[in-house]
Amino acid sequence: MKRIGRNLMVAVLLAATSSIATAADTIKVGILHSLSGTMAISETTLKDTILMMVEEQNAAGGLLGKKLEAVVVDPASNWPLFAEKARELIAKEKVDVVFGCWTSVSRKSVLPVFEELNSLLFYPVQYEGEESSKNVFYTGAAPNQQAIPAVDYLMNDIGAKRWVLAGTDYVYPRTTNKILEAYLKAKGVKDDDIMISYTPFGHSDWQSIVADIKKFGNAGKKTAVVSTINGDANVPFYKELGNQGISAEDIPVIAFSVGEEELSGIDTGPLVGHLAAWNYFMSVDAEVNDDFIDGWLDFIDDEARVTNDPMEAHYIGFKMWVEAVRKAGTTSPSAVQDAIIGVAVPNLSGGIATMMPNHHITKPVLIGEIQDDGQFDIVWQTPGTVPGDAWSDFLPGSRDITADWQQPLSCGNYNVKTGKCSGQNYE
Amino acid sequence: MPVSPITIRSWLLASLAGLSCLMATGHTLAATAADIESEFARTVTSLYADSYDEKASIAASLAEMEHPRVDLILSALIEGNLYRERRTDVIVIARSLDDGGYHLTDAVTGEDMGDVGRRGARKISVNNSLRRQLKGLVAGRQLNVGSPSDRIAAIEDIVNAGDEELSDVLRARAEKENDPDVLEAISIALIIFDLDAVDEARKLAAVEASATNLHPLVRRKLTAIAADESEVDELRAAAKTSLAEITRRVERYQMVETLFFGLSLGSILVLAAIGLSITFGVMGVINMAHGELIMLGAYTTYVIQTVFPNALEYSLLLAIPAAFVVSGLVGIAIERGVIRFLYGRPLETLLATFGVSLILQQAVRTIFSPLNRAVATPEWMSGSLQVAQGLSITYNRLYIFIFALLVFAALQAILRRTRLGLEVRAVTQNRDMARAMGIRNTRVDIMTFGLGSGIAGVAGVALSQLTNVGPNLGQGYIVDSFMVVVFGGVGNLWGTLVAGLSLGIVNKFLEPEAGAVMAKILVLIFIILFIQKRPRGLFPQKGRAADG
Amino acid sequence: MILNTLMKSEFLDRGGKVLLLVLLVMLITVPAANLLIPADSFFHVSTYTVTLLGKYLCYALLAISLDLVWGYCGILSLGHGAFFALGGYAMGMYLMRQIGTRGVYGHPELPDFMVFLNWEELPWYWYGFDQFWLAMLMVMLVPGVLAFLFGWLAFRSRVSGVYLSIMTQALTYALMLAFFRNEMGFGGNNGLTDFKEILGASLQSDVTRVMLFVCSVAALALGYLVCRFIVTSKLGQVVTAVRDAESRTRFIGYRVERYQVWVFTVSAVIAGIAGALYVPQVGIINPSEFQPLNSIELVVWVALGGRATLYGAALGAGVVNYFKTVLTGALPEVWLFVLGALFVLVTTTLPKGLVGIRDQLRRSHA
Repeated sequence: MKRIGRNLMVAVLLAATSSIATAADTIKVGILHSLSGTMAISETTLKDTILMMVEEQNAAGGLLGKKLEAVVVDPASNWPLFAEKARELIAKEKVDVVFGCWTSVSRKSVLPVFEELNSLLFYPVQYEGEESSKNVFYTGAAPNQQAIPAVDYLMNDIGAKRWVLAGTDYVYPRTTNKILEAYLKAKGVKDDDIMISYTPFGHSDWQSIVADIKKFGNAGKKTAVVSTINGDANVPFYKELGNQGISAEDIPVIAFSVGEEELSGIDTGPLVGHLAAWNYFMSVDAEVNDDFIDGWLDFIDDEARVTNDPMEAHYIGFKMWVEAVRKAGTTSPSAVQDAIIGVAVPNLSGGIATMMPNHHITKPVLIGEIQDDGQFDIVWQTPGTVPGDAWSDFLPGSRDITADWQQPLSCGNYNVKTGKCSGQNYE
Repeated sequence: MPVSPITIRSWLLASLAGLSCLMATGHTLAATAADIESEFARTVTSLYADSYDEKASIAASLAEMEHPRVDLILSALIEGNLYRERRTDVIVIARSLDDGGYHLTDAVTGEDMGDVGRRGARKISVNNSLRRQLKGLVAGRQLNVGSPSDRIAAIEDIVNAGDEELSDVLRARAEKENDPDVLEAISIALIIFDLDAVDEARKLAAVEASATNLHPLVRRKLTAIAADESEVDELRAAAKTSLAEITRRVERYQMVETLFFGLSLGSILVLAAIGLSITFGVMGVINMAHGELIMLGAYTTYVIQTVFPNALEYSLLLAIPAAFVVSGLVGIAIERGVIRFLYGRPLETLLATFGVSLILQQAVRTIFSPLNRAVATPEWMSGSLQVAQGLSITYNRLYIFIFALLVFAALQAILRRTRLGLEVRAVTQNRDMARAMGIRNTRVDIMTFGLGSGIAGVAGVALSQLTNVGPNLGQGYIVDSFMVVVFGGVGNLWGTLVAGLSLGIVNKFLEPEAGAVMAKILVLIFIILFIQKRPRGLFPQKGRAADG
Repeated sequence: MILNTLMKSEFLDRGGKVLLLVLLVMLITVPAANLLIPADSFFHVSTYTVTLLGKYLCYALLAISLDLVWGYCGILSLGHGAFFALGGYAMGMYLMRQIGTRGVYGHPELPDFMVFLNWEELPWYWYGFDQFWLAMLMVMLVPGVLAFLFGWLAFRSRVSGVYLSIMTQALTYALMLAFFRNEMGFGGNNGLTDFKEILGASLQSDVTRVMLFVCSVAALALGYLVCRFIVTSKLGQVVTAVRDAESRTRFIGYRVERYQVWVFTVSAVIAGIAGALYVPQVGIINPSEFQPLNSIELVVWVALGGRATLYGAALGAGVVNYFKTVLTGALPEVWLFVLGALFVLVTTTLPKGLVGIRDQLRRSHA
């Protein structure tokens, strides 16, 4: 009931504010996250995160002497609707910046809209890379900030020699696995020692695949599973692993899409010891993180809620945007695009995140083991931060491509060999 | 990373502990109870170390001590309950409280230290390799105590830990052991250890003896030996022979395994579809909300578990009747509120119940939040049943298979042996004629719909043990359920059973060849083509009802 | 002239005339209000609104195509979204080929996702899609042939009623799973997106969008007239007879299945055209359009508007989608409750849908 109440309130606020919006005495922040449909599970939290950040910023005196105002819409996990709602936010509501999207396909769907109307999108989720748009800021991890350090850890610290790359059949796992396959082969792993398996969304019958993994793991060398299995399919997967007697000590599974929020819906008993690689964990020991958690629990008014990596990405993205607007003295997208490169703000693990010229940010990489309370124990982390690489060095198509949105290059897809800029800036 | 003062201190402590160990062994006779006590305290305190290697060596020295609290501390460490109090740096055993805080007990003295908040204590973290070593250490200590089955479990832990020193513990135990099962477990374990032996003869004997051993470690080690070019040819040849024998056995089991996987998938399809088969067949009602009734059953399980947090082992059994009642009542409400206005218009019931399904989904989302709910699995349903070494069947699937058969049998009994069943069958065959014979159609409709919906709820209890309990649970099963019912023939329970099980088996045998998605597509295409051949399914209804 | 004769003829019923009039008014005012009136004026219609209206029109056309088979033939297809999506994919393939070297990897021939999946060359079924005429042919041919094959198999062996509905559902479900597979060569889950231009005109310009809108209006009007022609012809009367008493029609000597197959195929072609117009306006086509739920929702539009009227289907599509746009913005949680309640209420209390309300009221007063 409380949720309905809050939404009603937001709706009333929206209705009330849209009439005075023409007065332009507020800075509008658009939020484009699914509040219904299959993605609502993950995205609702991100909407609340931005609402909290807006509230905090207003409490601290607003921005450029104006108050911030959040505009929330619901793209309902429907990809064409994402494009429509993005257009609504930018063209109709005239927002100055948008925080939103989760899945790759939703980002691909809104991308042309943001480029056409020249607005700003902050995208907070780890993704497959191979993209750098003038209008998008990628605050989640690129593959080199999550997948590659994770594999390094398994190889060096766990001694894994055989690899199962298991994923849901869509573009993020496909790309990640392709990069990892190339990386592993470069490290001398043979074809026979790599098993790749794709399953559909929401796959629930894992018997055969887990049996295959077990068989694959009994062939002589230490085996590890790199999982890019998405969302709902994870619970039956881990349950089947546990029941077929595969413990983290035999065959560790490292996941890139399982965080605190996902674990809160699982009986974590059989998962203890399995791994996840992220750039932030709720269990990070840093004062700034403690403050953030306290603020969040206070805002959401529920002691049982957790924080996770995409929330941190939104936290960083929001702080960076605020900083860039201050620096530029205006919210005009072009000015902010110029000003934000090089902006550095504290992240939640006690370090600093910097916006790079390729619109990706620097992040530390953390590896955690799942505990029975649904939290992660950090067992390894990179000594410093890793800059995000938009174009992977391990894919033949993108090895020669770089992104740099500073003058004189100002291109997200520049081929070093041919000296050509393609994609968006093509005329 | 800069070297923090803590690191240095813990190193000092660790070396101190090591030193004191040496001293203690040097002056065994002089050692007093007080010495043991203080050394124990020092070692425990040093457990808060930075690297896992340090922790491992400290734990190893701890395991050698004869102190009553050693086992307690080691198992607390394995289970992640060992913490350090933030202000005093005392090592404590912590129990989580509902508000996120902890209740602390001093690890060394066992003294109660009261409650602290969420950040009042820092966990002493363990990783996988440390956990494996710790399990081995605890097992080594437990080998001399506990029941025979405890000892066998301990032997398994020792094998998995793979610590060469522990094999001596096993040999020592073999001298004293009387129980034949434990002795056999020890000898198998020793063979596995011998696979790494330096002595060539012992190694060769072990390789030859391993041909009948399907333990995964054996396969792993034999493959390594067979591939290792630095080994002697004789040994490698023996390893290959043994491996071939093992592979032959494993492959034989694989057929059985795939068959079981298929039956298990099929039994889930049957459970999900059988309630639909009743409402669909008897009343001609296409209930699109059937999936949501399954979901309600799963949520009922969650609620029951939340209400009785301490009776996890039984709450699942309790959830079965509860889910039956909840879903059954909701089903009756749907029948009275919506469907009764639509009899004779089967396609419109589809639309109305689709509306109901949206409402139920959103209602659950509003009440329980859109997040998935965690439903725990009781102990007796986790793990797997070892049919033979190398062939095991997971308990949850085994029970669900049996459960599906029981539900089917119960339904058959109701339909064949009770008055209600007789009436239901009469109405199914000819509604008007049944009415003319004095059967109260309304009552039969209510009861049938309640029964079908209740069965959906019971299916939800089973599904809660396999998959996510969330608002979208039902959607994933509704299309499949329809396929099963239509394939089997509307209104025929046997048809549903045969259709569900055979689709499950076909799917699982196709899966290794075609992949999970293609297998499903092929099955769908097969159903579409099959219906063209037999437009009324596997077991069509006969007589006038068939015109409906 | 034509319009005048149309309006006066007996060929159209009242609702149909209203529908055509509304479309005519939209055809004139919306482009004018978008292109001629300055952006700050109150009467200006933003491009956002134009595109939104265009989308509703495509849905309306889809709804009419379903009404043709459901309302008049009694075939409840729970897989009509599949034909819509197939038409959309054919259009999407054309648009993908128009990107040329402007893709991420700058490959002159292969779309980005193929370069990425290491495809060496274009698969055969993509050949020729750079030609607009061929793509348009495929927009109609692919859904048409599939519907013909499916219908030919199903109606000949007299699969009917619930069985038929579930089989159409199986069809769209299987297609959804197939299109999700990356090996299929249709872009997997991401589908086809990032379109640049159509027939040489940039998809981002206002003029192109208005032209697409105009095409949608024209397609809806034409689609309506074709369906109306079918149902008022002799063929339509036979088909209606099949709906009401299949066996009797068969005994009189009509080859029932032939009529059914014919209408089913025409309906699928219209759905395909709707999909082809939909894709350039929303800018993406992906396998979620094949979801069984989408097709069920489509059935509800028709039921809500009023079955077997054609114009009612268009009305239903417009009303439901308008409410969806408004409510998902403001009250996302309430939206599903409203939609669900709407379905239940319409089917239990308004068997003739919105357009039947007047009749129903009149009857209850009489």
